[in-house]
Amino acid sequence: MHHSIEVEKLSYAYPDGQVALQEVSLTIQPCEKVALVGPNGAGKSTLILHLNGILKGDGEVCVAGLEVTENNLGRVRARVGLVFQSPDDQLFSPTVYDDVAFGPIYQGLTENEVNARVEEALATVDMSDYARRVSHHLSVGEKKRIAIATVLSMQPEVLVLDEPTAGLDPRARRSLINLLNDLPLTMLVSTHDMHLVRELLPRMVIMDEGRIVADGSTVELLDDEEMLFAHGLEKP
Amino acid sequence: MHVHFLDPFRPGVSLVHRMDPRIKLVLTLAFIVLTALVPPGIWPVYIILLAIIVSVEILSELGIDYVMKRSLLALPFMLAAFPIIFTAPGPEFASFSIASWTISVSMTGLERFISIALKSWISVQAAIVLAASTPFPDLLLAMRAIRLPRLIVAILGLMWRYLFVLADEVLRMNRARAARSGHPDRPQGRTGGSVVWRARVTGGMAGSLFLRAFERSDRIYNAMISRGYDGEVRALPLSGLVTTDWLVLILGLIFLAAILVLSLLL
Repeated sequence: MHHSIEVEKLSYAYPDGQVALQEVSLTIQPCEKVALVGPNGAGKSTLILHLNGILKGDGEVCVAGLEVTENNLGRVRARVGLVFQSPDDQLFSPTVYDDVAFGPIYQGLTENEVNARVEEALATVDMSDYARRVSHHLSVGEKKRIAIATVLSMQPEVLVLDEPTAGLDPRARRSLINLLNDLPLTMLVSTHDMHLVRELLPRMVIMDEGRIVADGSTVELLDDEEMLFAHGLEKP
Repeated sequence: MHVHFLDPFRPGVSLVHRMDPRIKLVLTLAFIVLTALVPPGIWPVYIILLAIIVSVEILSELGIDYVMKRSLLALPFMLAAFPIIFTAPGPEFASFSIASWTISVSMTGLERFISIALKSWISVQAAIVLAASTPFPDLLLAMRAIRLPRLIVAILGLMWRYLFVLADEVLRMNRARAARSGHPDRPQGRTGGSVVWRARVTGGMAGSLFLRAFERSDRIYNAMISRGYDGEVRALPLSGLVTTDWLVLILGLIFLAAILVLSLLL
C-alpha cells in the first residue's frame, strides 16, 4: 500500500533567487481530501507544481507510489490530475472534445478507449452535451467543469486543484462543491475559500512563507482564530 | 511564476550605462548607419569599427563573452547574403560541378559576402550593447526625443509591456499541456500521439493565444478610453541635455563621419 502524496524535505528557490519552499514535508493517504491554505505568495502553487514534476526542487516527492524523477514524469503525470486556476490555460484546443481527449490521446489509447474516456469524464462533470462546443465561448463555471473533465479523462489517482472556486457565482460554486464531494479521489485543494474548506475538506494544511506552519483536522484548526489571523486567514 | 529571460537589460554603473539614453541611441544608430555605408572590402576600416565596438563593450562592463554569445543572432542575416558568393559577377575564384551544373565562386562575391557578414556582426553588437545598458523605458523616451512618430513609440511601448504577459500565458499553457502528457503503466505502443495530432494541438494553442491576445487588446483599449485616451499619446516633457552630453554627441558624430570619409578614400 502506498501513500497518495509523499513530500519529504522539499526546498525550492526560483531562478531569480527568491526562496519559495523551505523543507516542506507532507504525507497524504489515499482518498484523503486535504485543503492547502495560506496567504498569497506562501508557496502553495509552487508546491503543487512539484507534484507532477513541472518544477524540480531539492528533496523527495513521491506520488501514488512513484518517485517524481525525469524518467517517471510521463507515468506521474498520468496519475496526478492538475487543474490550474485559470481554465483558459487548461483549455487550449478548439473544442471541448479535443481538450478532454488530449490526455488519453497523448497516452496512446485507441480511438474507442479515448471516446469512452471522454464520455465518462464529461458525464462525471455533468457536461455530456458540450463535447462539440467551442471552449472559448463557455461561461467561467462551465469552463471550470470542463477543465476538471480534462484531467478526469486520464483517470488519475490524485486530483490537485488550484483555487477551484475563484471567480465563480454562488450557483456554479455550489455545483462544483457537490461535484468534488462526489469524486472518490485523493484531493489536494489550494484555496482561499474557507467555507469550501469547512464543508469539503476534513484535513487542513496551512502554509506561510514557504513552510508548513500547521497541519491537522479542519474543525480544530478553524477554531484557533489567533493562529489563523497570524497567517492572514479568517474563520469562515 | 514569470518568464525572466526576455529582458535584455543588465543593470550596471559603467560609463556606458550612465550615458544619457538619447545620446546613446543617436550614436548607436549613427554607428550602424556608418557600418552599412562602408564599401565592401575595405578591411582596415572594418578593423577600426570592430575595435570601437569592442572598446565600448569593455567600457560597458557587460563582459565580451555575453555580447559575443548574443551576437550569434546575426547568423541568420549572414545566411541571407550567402547566395551572393555564387551570383556576383567577377573573376572566378573556384568552381565545382554537380551533375551537369557548374557552380562557380567569384572573387567579388566572396569579398562581398565576408563584408556583409562582418557588417551585420558589428551592427548587432552595437544594438546589443545599447539594449543591455539602457532600460527599455529610457529607450522609449529617447525615441520620442529624436522625434520618432509618437504612435510608433506607443506601439513599441505596448508591445514591450504585453510581450511578458503573453510569454507568461504561453508558459502557463505549456505547463497545462505538460501536466496532462502522461504515459500508461501497461507497456504498449508509442505514446505522445501522432505527429499530425500534435501539430493540430500546437495549432490550436497558437490560435487560442491569438484570440486571447486579440480580446486582451480590446480590454486594454477600453481601459485606456475610460481613463481619457483619445488617440493622442501624451507624455511629460523631457529634461534638457547638459553641455557634456552635447560635447559627447558632437565629438562622437564627427569621429564617425571621419571614419566614413576614410573608408571612402581608401
